[in-house]
Amino acid sequence: MGLLAHFQKWLTENGVPHWASYVVPALAGIIVALLFLFAMIIVFIYLERRGLGRFQIRPGPNRAGPFGILQAFADFIKVLTKEDITPTAADMPVHFLAPVVAFFSAIMILAVIPIQRNAFITNLNIGILYVSAISSLGVIAIFMAGFGSCNKYSLIAAMRGVAQLISYEVPVLLAIAGVLLISGSLAMRDIVSSQNIPFILLQPLGFLIFFAGVASELNRSPFDLMEAESEIITGYHIEYSGMKFALFYLGEYGHMVVASAVMTTLYLSGWKGPVLPAALWFIIKMILVFLVFLWLRATMPRIRVDQLMSLAWKFLLPLGLLNLFITAAEVLWQDNMGWKQFPWPFVFLNLGLAAIFIIIGSKLLFKTGGGRVEV
Amino acid sequence: MTVALSGKEIASKIGEAIPQAVISVADMSVTVKSEQLFQVAKLLKETPRLEFDFLVNISGVDYLDYIEVVYHLVSLKHNHSLVLKTVCPDRDNPVVPSVVSLWRGADFLEREEYDLVGVRFEGHPNLKRIYLWEGFQGHPLRRDYL
Amino acid sequence: MVLKAEPMLISMGPHHPSTHGVFRMRLVLDGEVIIDAEPMVGYLHRGIEKLAETRTYTQVIPLTDRLDYLGSMTNNWAYVLAVEKLASIKVPERAEYLRVIMGELMRISSHLMAVGFLGNELGCTFTPLLYMFREREKIMDFFEMVCGQRLTYNYMRIGGLSHDIPEEFLPAVKKFVAEMPHYIDEYEQLLSENEIFLARTKGVGILPQELAISSSVTGPVLRASGMRWDLRKADPYSIYDRFEFDIPTGKVSDVYDRYLVRIQEMRQSVRILEQAIKQLPPGEARAKVPLLLRPPVGEAYAHIEAPKGELGFYLVSDGSIAPYRCRIRAPSFTNITALRDMLIGWKIADAVVIFGSIDIVLGEVDR
Repeated sequence: MGLLAHFQKWLTENGVPHWASYVVPALAGIIVALLFLFAMIIVFIYLERRGLGRFQIRPGPNRAGPFGILQAFADFIKVLTKEDITPTAADMPVHFLAPVVAFFSAIMILAVIPIQRNAFITNLNIGILYVSAISSLGVIAIFMAGFGSCNKYSLIAAMRGVAQLISYEVPVLLAIAGVLLISGSLAMRDIVSSQNIPFILLQPLGFLIFFAGVASELNRSPFDLMEAESEIITGYHIEYSGMKFALFYLGEYGHMVVASAVMTTLYLSGWKGPVLPAALWFIIKMILVFLVFLWLRATMPRIRVDQLMSLAWKFLLPLGLLNLFITAAEVLWQDNMGWKQFPWPFVFLNLGLAAIFIIIGSKLLFKTGGGRVEV
Repeated sequence: MTVALSGKEIASKIGEAIPQAVISVADMSVTVKSEQLFQVAKLLKETPRLEFDFLVNISGVDYLDYIEVVYHLVSLKHNHSLVLKTVCPDRDNPVVPSVVSLWRGADFLEREEYDLVGVRFEGHPNLKRIYLWEGFQGHPLRRDYL
Repeated sequence: MVLKAEPMLISMGPHHPSTHGVFRMRLVLDGEVIIDAEPMVGYLHRGIEKLAETRTYTQVIPLTDRLDYLGSMTNNWAYVLAVEKLASIKVPERAEYLRVIMGELMRISSHLMAVGFLGNELGCTFTPLLYMFREREKIMDFFEMVCGQRLTYNYMRIGGLSHDIPEEFLPAVKKFVAEMPHYIDEYEQLLSENEIFLARTKGVGILPQELAISSSVTGPVLRASGMRWDLRKADPYSIYDRFEFDIPTGKVSDVYDRYLVRIQEMRQSVRILEQAIKQLPPGEARAKVPLLLRPPVGEAYAHIEAPKGELGFYLVSDGSIAPYRCRIRAPSFTNITALRDMLIGWKIADAVVIFGSIDIVLGEVDR
């Protein structure tokens, strides 16, 4: 029973009309969730800019407010007061709605994320399926932005983007399927409850596949071809300025917040932790996941589009399938062995198998480098 | 050390193969007639002990009576260099055969000299202005331009 | 039903964060594959050759700074070498050694920029670039100590240098030279074994040796194709025959080889610097040259191994105080001749990387 359900019961008991006792908790939940999202976005933006600065032996923004805390607000004010330029040949409805869809798809996933045992908006019994379905909406936003801008660079970026995003959904779903086999339920709260030890230990291969897939879905370096600044100059949001650009930016960080939250729920055992309050553990784990994304961004160059597709289809997909088979085999085996009390043999077995498969796969399955096409 | 071949040696070698090509010989350079420039260049590139396989520079110089085109050639194999010149006495319509088929590096160099000095290189696949925009009248590096 | 497909014409235009300046490439694309490429230059044409005809020989030196604005010392050096050859002026020993020190420091700085921006174009989000800029800032501080400028130095004069070095210069450079090999190791650690770097640069943008020689390509690009041609050894100018150093060459002439050649050239430059600092004699920094120099009638061509390739000046003198014709042989301009052959068949992402590996500066290309 979530907090909102308790709130609703309290309202009906105190004689509020039936429709109000449905709408008021819903609105309260939405507002709190949005505030949480915006707060986390601001924290992530701050961490990213200062963190990138430290990686690059420079301080990062430190003028706006003490230690640069208010930099995000300064940027927001600047972006609000900028002129909104749209190309006249652009397809206006498509061009206008693209940033809205991008941000919207990030917000909608918030509905099922459990921050604590009883702090969530709704506990859908198909939680994780809902999450992966909504994250596919992001593809449409990118394509609308790229195609509707009437600019060749955006078009190239949009084509690359669509190819990249739909290719990487498959390994992500396979990794999620591995988690579902062990936890036995699609609801997010039950997935966390069933983690006596975090699933990252039980499913290292699945975690790595999920991590790579999510990094690609989020357009994070080393997979940020869609907004490859040095080649196609910010790709699909070339023709956006002002508030629409801010919405894209917020949408990107919103997706990052939500993806970190989903990864924490699935693999890092969500809110569970010894001493601190549970919500704080959730936030700490989200920030840890984000710091790994940041580390990758600061240190890795970008891969090329054909290497990206080879990575998805020739490396991650077979490994995802292998992971699924191994997990299925282990789940069947544990029914006879009772591993819920003592899962450690499976942990070491899975780590070993993950290492072996990754090494074999990287040597055999695909080649990078070169790639000239005969013209 | 790159040996700068003297004009006399090269003039005698050219004179053996293509008579009447050499107009004059200086200390360090050889001047040939513009009509025979391509044959002379081919000779210089393909003769076994000369083998000038590297074109360093093409310059066009406007002496007010005539326009001179100067080629600096180097042989990477034998490490010697040469200055080859040709003259166009007609300033209104200077024409020189292009050496692009021998040295591909002449591509942009010849376009530049066409653009700025006005020398037309016959046989160049893409002779259009490279620095100034199409439709620009005049050739700025001529001494009577400004 | 036949699907109609046509190639897309895109202009990687003058405004682009990765063409090193205002450079335009018209690409014909089939999807992401480049079918045809045409470089179009001239957006930075300032008429330096024409301006040089109306300035005295010393007044041309600041003009030459602005050719390859990332390698001003070597530009100055090539020009004053040409004038000294024309007028048969002998340069004092101390000036020669100081010129070598400045030239090699300039080479290190230019290669740091080249490698750093290559990393940038690959998508490393500025991280290797900022590490390399840390050393480049030190080099710029040395130059500021010497001549007061950080970018366009105007330091060399006909017959030597404009003035002698201050006393804090040599100890600072000694310290820099001692710690530079460790920093170069750091850069190699960041980039040379990085999986993604190797995947993007190995085998990409191959320029065969015959095509390179035929296209008049010089500098690290030619050396990466396997041709051991460095003007400091093949045609030593100044006092380069007194120093011991190697010429790094590549084997496959892809982008990775050009990157490795530049890194190894930085190491060799450090070697030359150590030797030059040790052998630096006392003396004059400049020969006695009249204020308005009138060289005898004639012509001269002098070339040096600039960081980007062979930089040459062809000077024609008619006995007056200004050059009759000052023709500049810029390495970046001829290096672009090979660009089209290097680009066809690769993808847009590779176009930027291959272009960055040639390392051009638009000031030289357009003059």
